[in-house]
Amino acid sequence: MNIKSQKDFFSGLMFMVVGVAFAWGASGYTIGNGARMGPGYFPLVLGVLLAVLGAVITFKSMVVETVDGDKVGAFAWKPLIFIIAANLVFGASLGGLPSIGLPPLGLIVGIFALTFIASNAGEEFNFKEVTILACILAVMSYAAFILLLKLQFPVWPAFIKA
Amino acid sequence: MDLFNNLALGFGVAFTLQNLMYAFVGCLLGTLIGVLPGIGPLATIAMLLPATYALPPVAALIMLAGIYYGAQYGGSTTAILVNLPGESSSVVTVIDGYQMARQGRAGPALAAAGLGSFFAGCVGTLILAAFAAPLTELAFKFGPAEYFSLMILGLIGAVVLASGSLLKAVAMIVLGLLMGMVGTDVNSGVARFSFDVAELTDGIGFIVIAMGVFGYGEIISNLSKHESEREVFTASVSGLLPTKEDFKNMIPAVLRGTALGSILGILPGGGAVMAAFAAYTLEKKTKLRPGEMPFGKGNIRGVAAPEAANNAGAQTSFIPLLTLGIPPNAVMALMVGAMTIHNIQPGPQVMTSNPELFWGLIASMWIGNLMLVILNLPLIGIWIKLLSVPYRWLFPSIVLFCAIGVYSTNNTTFDIWMVGIFGFIGYIFIKLGAEPAPLLLGFILGPMMEEYLRRALLLSRGDWSVFVTRPLSASLLAAAAILLAVVLMPSVKAKREEAFVED
Repeated sequence: MNIKSQKDFFSGLMFMVVGVAFAWGASGYTIGNGARMGPGYFPLVLGVLLAVLGAVITFKSMVVETVDGDKVGAFAWKPLIFIIAANLVFGASLGGLPSIGLPPLGLIVGIFALTFIASNAGEEFNFKEVTILACILAVMSYAAFILLLKLQFPVWPAFIKA
Repeated sequence: MDLFNNLALGFGVAFTLQNLMYAFVGCLLGTLIGVLPGIGPLATIAMLLPATYALPPVAALIMLAGIYYGAQYGGSTTAILVNLPGESSSVVTVIDGYQMARQGRAGPALAAAGLGSFFAGCVGTLILAAFAAPLTELAFKFGPAEYFSLMILGLIGAVVLASGSLLKAVAMIVLGLLMGMVGTDVNSGVARFSFDVAELTDGIGFIVIAMGVFGYGEIISNLSKHESEREVFTASVSGLLPTKEDFKNMIPAVLRGTALGSILGILPGGGAVMAAFAAYTLEKKTKLRPGEMPFGKGNIRGVAAPEAANNAGAQTSFIPLLTLGIPPNAVMALMVGAMTIHNIQPGPQVMTSNPELFWGLIASMWIGNLMLVILNLPLIGIWIKLLSVPYRWLFPSIVLFCAIGVYSTNNTTFDIWMVGIFGFIGYIFIKLGAEPAPLLLGFILGPMMEEYLRRALLLSRGDWSVFVTRPLSASLLAAAAILLAVVLMPSVKAKREEAFVED
């Protein structure tokens, strides 16, 4: 048995796993019956449906010919990791991480951290250019979100303000 | 004349200096962001949504409508100038628009898109105003069974429009419905699938999903391509206005496109994409005039008709949202989210309980359209400059705006962690060729569907036949079945795949 469409094969698997997981989770809640649906009824039906759809997609992927095998291709780990990391560090700067004793560092620090980390995801990294970009973004964001729209953000590190 | 009284009321609300300003700012921001390659109206609205939180409801919705139209027109601009459809509905505009740009006729192409859209928008607004009232009456006849069937129809419509595999699109909808189940069940108070995380008992935020899957997923996938694959071509734009000959070709095309778009937009799930494709197909079927460029080589009709249809469809797709409270597509689903944030439950009661808001919004849509023409035709040169911003500067900015947008929604860092997770999930979806738009629609409709299904079955004492014995519900389900059957017909299936091949 060989796989005719890699993309469909794996998405079918994904749907099956997620469907089964939801259905299994739903079975832990009261199911009830049609006239009196419990909290588990609808998710259980949907979970089973998703698992069945996933099975059909997987089956088709092994039967129906495709031109080039529909390869999933290599994962772009570099952009993936840097973009997600930039986002997480930004969140940590705004909210702080009490679990490791990191105080909130505020919006401006967050913007610089985010810009520098995210820029690593691209093909080239020019320190001067990224610094300028971060400055522009910091000034623009401060003007737009804090001054103009008056959003509630911690702007500066908590220990400076205090 | 109720229609004119209502419109007068609407214009009275919308024509305050403040609201005009919000419409203008919305249009400007929408165009500014929508013109960035790869960012469609959906991402634009998601990104700019937080900017409207602080405004009063009417102003916020007016600004959102402006953003929507701006983003849509911005998408067409990128499509024509750099051969990059910023959104699925401008995929057809690319075909002839880019050819025109290469021949140095980007000006007429942009003007045709702008003027065609404006005309279609005017007609769409009138239709919206005229049909909103009768459709609302109809909406009051809807019981839970009808709502459930209507949502099925809407979801099937969304599947039809998704590119790629039908089965996968259905699976994505079901996945979206399941994600909508996360959080506290309204009836029993049980926290479902929350894994004892306090934040999850409120459910997953739709902004989190929209930003993660559409914003980050898209950026990561763009970055994984080599620079040469996403190279941006800047054409010199010379001569803004179409010639007399162009107008002669364009006008009937715009009329046909408008008519098609208005009809298709009303159908739940129809919306702008299908309208654009249908209009282009129709133009291709009509005979070429002597001396006219063939289609695919830069025919102005191939730009004007789909753009008009697209805009008319966008306008009339507000009808199901405003009268029935049911979002016909992912963009409208975001609008529902925006309304809920402002404590407005979209649906038939909006028109009676909030007439200023309802008619004000309709009037402001027209104003939004007008703003677009005023703003964009003279500013085309500037949009082209914006396109030449290198991607390596662009993407960190987009990541930042997404993160700020997500954080400001609830002022909690939990959402930022979630968006990281969904960014990863979104990238996997792209790698697996599973389109995320149906997922978002399912996610929005999930809790509503469960509630209506529950009520319908409660009233019928568990008898499922209620969905086919009530005539309105039965005809909606029949329409859904027909829609599905039509798409599965071999001839249509081949055409559909051909049409979406650009994606």
